[in-house]
Amino acid sequence: MSGLLSMFSYHFMQRALLVGVLVSLCAALLGVSLVLKRYSMIGDGLSHVGFGALAIASAFHLAPLAVTVPVVVIAAVLLLRLRSDGRVKGDAAIAIISSSALAIGVVVVSVTSGMNTEVSSYLFGSILSLSRGDTALSVVLSLAVLALFLLLYPRLFAVTFDETFARATGTRADLYNTLLAVLTAVTVVLGMRMMGALLISSLIIFPALSAMKVCRSFRGVVICAAAISVVCFLFGMTASYVFETPSGASVVVADLIAFGFCSLCAKRN
Amino acid sequence: MAILKCENASFSYDGVTVLEGVDFSLGAGDYLCIVGENGSGKSTLIRGLLSLKAPSSGKIELGDGLKKSEIGYLPQQTSIQRDFPASVWEVVLSGCLNSLGARLAYSAEDKRRAAANLERMGIEELKDKSYQELSGGQQQRVLLARALCATKKLLLLDEPVTGLDPVAAGEMYNLIKLINLCDDISVIMVTHDIHEAVRYATHILHLGHRQLFFGTAAEYKKSALARRFLGGSGI
Repeated sequence: MSGLLSMFSYHFMQRALLVGVLVSLCAALLGVSLVLKRYSMIGDGLSHVGFGALAIASAFHLAPLAVTVPVVVIAAVLLLRLRSDGRVKGDAAIAIISSSALAIGVVVVSVTSGMNTEVSSYLFGSILSLSRGDTALSVVLSLAVLALFLLLYPRLFAVTFDETFARATGTRADLYNTLLAVLTAVTVVLGMRMMGALLISSLIIFPALSAMKVCRSFRGVVICAAAISVVCFLFGMTASYVFETPSGASVVVADLIAFGFCSLCAKRN
Repeated sequence: MAILKCENASFSYDGVTVLEGVDFSLGAGDYLCIVGENGSGKSTLIRGLLSLKAPSSGKIELGDGLKKSEIGYLPQQTSIQRDFPASVWEVVLSGCLNSLGARLAYSAEDKRRAAANLERMGIEELKDKSYQELSGGQQQRVLLARALCATKKLLLLDEPVTGLDPVAAGEMYNLIKLINLCDDISVIMVTHDIHEAVRYATHILHLGHRQLFFGTAAEYKKSALARRFLGGSGI
């Protein structure tokens, strides 16, 4: 027990837990809308773009978050545009953008610093990556994401459930879709460095899917997804500390177990 | 007084005209059925009436103080909705979206209206049920209750009985007629079922890339167009 408590005595651990809980909350809330709107893969695509931007930022010794957040936000808006005007099919657009960004990132890293542990920490996450400044920015941004989601909840529900009806009643559905994509972009970037570019999308998708197995109302799904997400994050981090496993992967495994559990519950009912 | 007026409206996509010469008006309490084959421009006209698509020529005007956002719309169901986790209450309440304005949450008045419309549709006991677990007929009633939350004057229904069994479809037609008569709400309905259209509607608009007919249901029944479309079965 004292071993477990010692986990909280490290500053980097405190920072990681604080940011992690907030990002898990954001990811779960946004995830419900994204999964229901069939936008799940956007999170995955954006994380790859984030990797590319992060690689370039570190190659040129720029502040990582300050470069990555705007780049990924622009990519998110672009992805949504490509989807809606139908020139490139949505899934193909995501595949093109994400693999290109990943490739550019790898090329930049190999030319400048060479493939090293830094690359691995981008891809699979590192708990040590959060500086004091990053933490402050992450807390502010994730609180902003949470606040916007909660304030616009009735509108986001309407746009998620039935975009055509929402448009017909004078709601600017495009604005809310863009907002959803931008908030997702911010969440992906914040969570990416801890969870890893390859694993962050599961933080968005898993809690929503698990909650949808056991809850039947939108509000229920949102609350349940948020709870599952935070609990799985804390479990995953604890397991990672105790068993010395990579943090991002441990959180995803915790989410996978929760999903399995929820599926079983759904089957029994 | 006309609550909706379409004056020689045409619609086009990328410069290609898909529907032209639409010219009709809808009075308060009218029940208009829009009929025509697939691809005849029915969906395009619906988008036009909802101001989701601007006419390439002509104009569409709303009268009697009806605002663009105050048309009670019942769209065709999408695949997303069928397995959507939402309670009946959440769906119906979202019909009050147009009265939110700058507010962030629904008011007590919005909730009262949603509850009244649940009752009107006879589905109060389904309030806490999940939308995805309802039968097709019940789902359509929920969406109709939502549409009623959005309007006091005009319902716009896009094939509301598609996918329903004959009994549920009949109930839906009766319910819509009842709303039309008792609450004096005008109805515009797109339908494939021309027999039901002439039975319930007061007016018929027949489209085939242009306006082929507009007039009362009684006039339509006598027209050569109707005889051909109804398959000579007579009514």
